Amino acid sequence: MTAALALTWRQYRLERKMFWRNPSAAFFNFVLPLLFLALFGAIFAGSQEDLDIIVPGIAGMSIMTTTFVALAMNVVFLREQGVLKRLRGTPLPSGNYLAALAGHAVTNTAIQLMIVIAAGALLFNVGLPQDWVMLVTFVAAGVICLASLGVALSHAIPNFDSAPAYVNAIFLPVIIVSGVFYDAENAPAFLRDIAQALPLTHLIDGLSAALVTGAPFADHLDDLAVVLIWAALGIVLAVRGFSWEARRG
Amino acid sequence: MIARVQSAAPAILVRDLHKSYGNVHAVQGIDFEVAVGEVFGLLGPNGAGKTTTVEVLEGYRPRTSGIVSVLGHDPGGRPRGLRERVGIVLQSSGIYRHATPRELVAHWAGFYPAPRDVDEVIELAGLRECEGVLTRRLSGGQSRRLDFALALVGDPELVFLDEPTTGFDPAARRAAWDTIRALADLGKTVLLTTHYLDEAQALCDRVAIVKSGRVLAVGAPAQLGVGASSRYRVAWRNEGGELVCRETDDPTALLHQLTSAALARGTGLADLSVSRPSLEDVYLELTAEADVEEASR
Repeated sequence: MTAALALTWRQYRLERKMFWRNPSAAFFNFVLPLLFLALFGAIFAGSQEDLDIIVPGIAGMSIMTTTFVALAMNVVFLREQGVLKRLRGTPLPSGNYLAALAGHAVTNTAIQLMIVIAAGALLFNVGLPQDWVMLVTFVAAGVICLASLGVALSHAIPNFDSAPAYVNAIFLPVIIVSGVFYDAENAPAFLRDIAQALPLTHLIDGLSAALVTGAPFADHLDDLAVVLIWAALGIVLAVRGFSWEARRG
Repeated sequence: MIARVQSAAPAILVRDLHKSYGNVHAVQGIDFEVAVGEVFGLLGPNGAGKTTTVEVLEGYRPRTSGIVSVLGHDPGGRPRGLRERVGIVLQSSGIYRHATPRELVAHWAGFYPAPRDVDEVIELAGLRECEGVLTRRLSGGQSRRLDFALALVGDPELVFLDEPTTGFDPAARRAAWDTIRALADLGKTVLLTTHYLDEAQALCDRVAIVKSGRVLAVGAPAQLGVGASSRYRVAWRNEGGELVCRETDDPTALLHQLTSAALARGTGLADLSVSRPSLEDVYLELTAEADVEEASR
């Protein structure tokens, strides 16, 4: 057990080190959501109502970039480069490797959320989280959901050159309809309906309650349920389609 | 080449191996054995089924049918106990781009129960000059040396090398050959694939010539030359100064004839040579025969 943990920990540390040595990956994973927070924070300055929306919205977006976007791109890259195949030939068990990769993504999520929450409290007058239990629950569910969907998406991406197109074709519309930048209630009905079917909207609803409004957890169990249903779907697709090497030909 | 100790149980055993991808029968009944400590080569043109065979043995691909044993294990289940005893150099595979060879060799060492010393492996693979350079800045030859180092650091009993020198310049090939010979001298069993005849000849104790998913011949490179075709090639210049070349099963008689005639004439026999067919001749002959068979099928 301890040996398995030690192996995962070593791999996790390598992944962290590699991440920080690659400035462009670090930028996309880290700076982009924070840049959005700064810009929208500046635009909405003076309107507390809007700031109360943008902070949980960006928190949700951060979870999506650090898990869904990062893992989809990362897995496609590692698969196409043959790193996955090479690692598969070593005694490192697949489970330890994937746990290290997931742990790496979750670390980025945690760092981002701390920055977003701190900025919300210090700069945007949103205050500290109202319900930590609810916050942690929703973040955990969101991470599992979006991480597994990201890995599942990687199976559909044919090569690394096309990865940004595939990822952004999903990521950009989803963050827009899911109410990252505005109150989703104000969107036209058909967009609202689409958004209601997607996990990010419900994740942001839950984060909003935990971070800003303080609405009781019991009122948001349906949101949690939607996120978990997507998580189940994501896990099945991520595991079933997983391939350690690029397709032939 | 040094004769190596061979124990009873083979390191690798392959019996009637078949592998199909949909309608493509990449491997159509391959048999061979590799003894412990032997350097064994799968020699054949591109698309012969060499890589498919090796990847079945490495545990990357399930086989369609046949018996396969690697160090006493069925590689199909990818048992960890087997992965700890095997080193793999894939035909091409990437690596973390923002790490140095030294960092990676040290990291890889941690995957194995009894790794070799990191410095020793770096020396053996010839990575000393670039051990601190990020891998994305390495040359092709240096990257390949890193592949070797990562395959060796676990101190494997058996090393798979899939086209270890394809695309190398001559100097880099010689360096890679030296590393492979060093492996053999350490007593490792090596299974390599190549489409270079000189490579098979230079490195392998025994070679299986593979074409279209079948083994055409197996044997020591020197034996293959003699065994598969018992002819000798005798060449000389005739009275007109033309180079004549004749193949015969009995060079003694022909030479007697030629030398007697030359003595009788009182002239010499310019450019006389007697040679056995090289591995290249055998290879070309066998693969051409396979083509004819295929066309007639």
